[in-house]
Amino acid sequence: MKLSGAEILVKCLKEHGVDTIFGYPGGVVLPIYDALYDADIRHILTRHEQGAVHAADGYARATGKAGVCLATSGPGATNLVTGLTNAYMDSIPMVAFTGQVATALLGRDSFQEADITGITMPITKHNYLVKDVSELARTIKEAFYIANTGRPGPVLVDLPRDVSAGIIEYQAPGPINLPGYNPIIEPFEEQVVLAANAVNESVRPIIYAGGGVVSSGAHEELLALAEKIKAPVTNTLMGLGGFPGEHPQFLGMLGMHGTKAANFAMCETDLVIAVGARFDDRVTGKLDDFAKDAKIIHIDIDPAEIGKNVGTHFPVIGDVKIALQRLLERIEEKSLTEWLAKCMTWKREYPLAFFNEGGLKPQSIISEINRLTLDKKVRITTEVGQHQMWAAHYYNYNYPRTFISSGGLGTMGYGFPAALGVQAACPDELVIDISGDGSFQMNIQELATAVNYELPVKVAILNNGYLGMVRQWQELFYDKRYSYTELKNPDFVKIAEAYGAVGIRVTTRDEVAPALEEAFAINKPVVLDFVTEREENVYPMVPPGCELKNMLG
Amino acid sequence: MLHTLAVLVENNPGVLARVSGLFSRRGFNIDSLAVGRTDDPTISRMTIVVEGDDQVLEQVRKQLNKLVDVIKIDDISSERHVDRELIIIKVNADTQTRSEIMQIVDIFRAHIVDIGQETLIVEASGDSGKVNGLEEALKPFGIKEVARTGKIAMLRGAKATSLNED
Repeated sequence: MKLSGAEILVKCLKEHGVDTIFGYPGGVVLPIYDALYDADIRHILTRHEQGAVHAADGYARATGKAGVCLATSGPGATNLVTGLTNAYMDSIPMVAFTGQVATALLGRDSFQEADITGITMPITKHNYLVKDVSELARTIKEAFYIANTGRPGPVLVDLPRDVSAGIIEYQAPGPINLPGYNPIIEPFEEQVVLAANAVNESVRPIIYAGGGVVSSGAHEELLALAEKIKAPVTNTLMGLGGFPGEHPQFLGMLGMHGTKAANFAMCETDLVIAVGARFDDRVTGKLDDFAKDAKIIHIDIDPAEIGKNVGTHFPVIGDVKIALQRLLERIEEKSLTEWLAKCMTWKREYPLAFFNEGGLKPQSIISEINRLTLDKKVRITTEVGQHQMWAAHYYNYNYPRTFISSGGLGTMGYGFPAALGVQAACPDELVIDISGDGSFQMNIQELATAVNYELPVKVAILNNGYLGMVRQWQELFYDKRYSYTELKNPDFVKIAEAYGAVGIRVTTRDEVAPALEEAFAINKPVVLDFVTEREENVYPMVPPGCELKNMLG
Repeated sequence: MLHTLAVLVENNPGVLARVSGLFSRRGFNIDSLAVGRTDDPTISRMTIVVEGDDQVLEQVRKQLNKLVDVIKIDDISSERHVDRELIIIKVNADTQTRSEIMQIVDIFRAHIVDIGQETLIVEASGDSGKVNGLEEALKPFGIKEVARTGKIAMLRGAKATSLNED
C-alpha cells in the first residue's frame, strides 16, 4: 500500500487511539491538513498555537491519554514552546507535531524555518527531526511510547514538508528498540522493605503526595495507605484530587500557600512519606529547615528526583501505584495516634478563613462554586495567580483529574485553553476555568474556539483589576509600591458577547449563586466577570526563603 | 573533585547537543568531553570529565540517564583505568632553541611531527599530568597554538563499559 507521509501520520494517530487533535495550519503542514480533511479524527482549530498546546495538555490531564497538537514550522512551532515547557514541568504526556521546511532547505534560514528540535531539547522528554518518510511510522510509535511510559512528558516530532508529502510503500513499524530507555516500573524489593520498616517504626508519619499519584492512578492505594497507618495527608498543588479533599485525615495543601496544619505537621513529623512529589521550592520553603528532624521516604518513578533537592533516606523507585501496593503488603496497621489527633487539632484551630464583609470576596466565590457543584461531574482548571491558590484552597477535590492547573511552570493563560481540551475530552461534564483578569487576557482569543466548537466552558474571572499575586508581593515585600500591576481591563461581558459567548457580571454577594446557577444551566461558553475586592490577599503565606512554620496570615 | 564518566550513547544526530545542553542547563561543571564512535557504528562513546562532589555526580549520572539516547554510564574514576589525552603544540623554535626543545620532547616521550622555519609542532599523548607538564615545559619558548582532544578513558583488565557488561 503506497501512502504519503501525511497519510501515514493519520494512520498512526488512529492506531494510537487519538480521537482529537488541536492545531493550527500553515504552509508546510498543508499535506497533513489535506490528509486530515478526510480523516476520522476531530481537529480543533485554536486561535493561537499556544492555545492548541495547552488544550492538548488539558485533554491529557483529564483523560490520562497523551494529548496531541499540531503546528506549522517557524512561528507556529515556536508558539508551542511555553506549552511544551508547561507539560514538561508537570510531567504531562503529549505528542506535538510541527511542520518543518523541506529537508533540502534545512539550515539555510529558509522562510518560516526554526530549529525547533534544537529549541525544545531542554523542554521535551525527547524529540525527533524525521529526515525520511520511511522513518515516520517508527518515529511516531516511539514518540507515543516515550510520552506515555515511565515519567510521562511531551515529545516533539518535527516533520519536513517533503517527509509529509513523500510517498512510500507503507510498512508497519517493528517492535520498539530503545536501548537507552528502560523506565523502572516495579520497585526493588529491598527498597520496599526498608521503606516499610521505616513506616512501621515511625511515630509521627505524614504523607506528602504529588502529581505522580494522579498520573499513575494511585489514588485508591494512597487512601488505603493513609487509613492503614492513620497518617495525615497533605497534597501538593499538582496532587490535589489524588486524595479526597473531604477526608478527615486531609490537611490541605502544603508549602508557600499551604495550610497551617499541613506546614506545622511537616515541621514536626518524624517520617515524610513523599509519594510522586518532587520537593519543589514552593513546597519546601527554606530547604535546610524542611522536615529537619524527619527521615524521608521518597517514592518516584524518576530516579533523578531522588536526592535532587533533599536528601532521601529511603528511596523507592518505581511506578507509584505499584510501589504503594508493595508497601501496603508490608506495613503494619497503626491505631489512632496522638500525632494524628494533634494534626486534627491544628486543622480545627487554623482553618482557612476570610472575612466575608464589604465587597465581593474571591474566596466566597470559590466556596459557592464548591457548594453548587457537589453533586455534579466537575473539572476545574485554573490560570496562575491568587485565584489559583484560592481555587486550590476553597474547593474540595475528591477525585483525581478534577483539578487541572499549571504547577511547575506557573503559566498565566494556561487554564482557559486547557479547559477547552478538558471539555473536548469530557463533553458531558461541567468544566470551569477559574481565572484572574490578568491571566484570562493572555489567551482570551480562544473564546472564538470555544464558540466555534460549542465547548460550553464556564470562565469565572475573579476580577480585581490587578495582577493580584504580584500586587500581593509588592504589598508585603515592596512597601506597597504597585509598579505596573494595575490593569485597565476591557468590558469582559461585552467581549464574551462579541465572540458569541454569554457574559454575566457579578458585583454583589447576593448575585453570586444565581449567576453561577444560570451559567451552569446554559449550554454555551459563559464568561462570569466577578468584580471582587481589590486588595484581598492569599493567606497563609510563607515568605520566600523562610521555614514553613513562619507563616503570614 | 574531578570524575571521569564513560558514556555510551546512540550515534544519533543531536546527541552531543543533548548531552552538552544538559550540563549547561543544570549548572554541572564540565571539564572536558571527548566523543567518537565505537566498534559499533550505531553507538558512540563519550568520555566526560566533570567536577563536583558525590551529590553533584549522582545527579549528573541520573540526569544523563534520563536522556533517551544515553545507553550506559560508568563512573570509572575510582576504578583502575587508563586515561589518555592527545595534545599537539606549535611552539616557537629558532636554530638556538631547537635542540633544547628536542631534548624536552625526548624526556616527555613526545614526538615532533612538523618542522617549520620558526616553529615546531609537538605531539604527545598521556595522562593529564604528562600533557600539562609538557605544555609547561614548552611555555618559555613561546607557544603559538595548542589543540587538546580532552580525555578518553577505559577500565583496565576484564571490566568494560559495553552493552554486554552489567
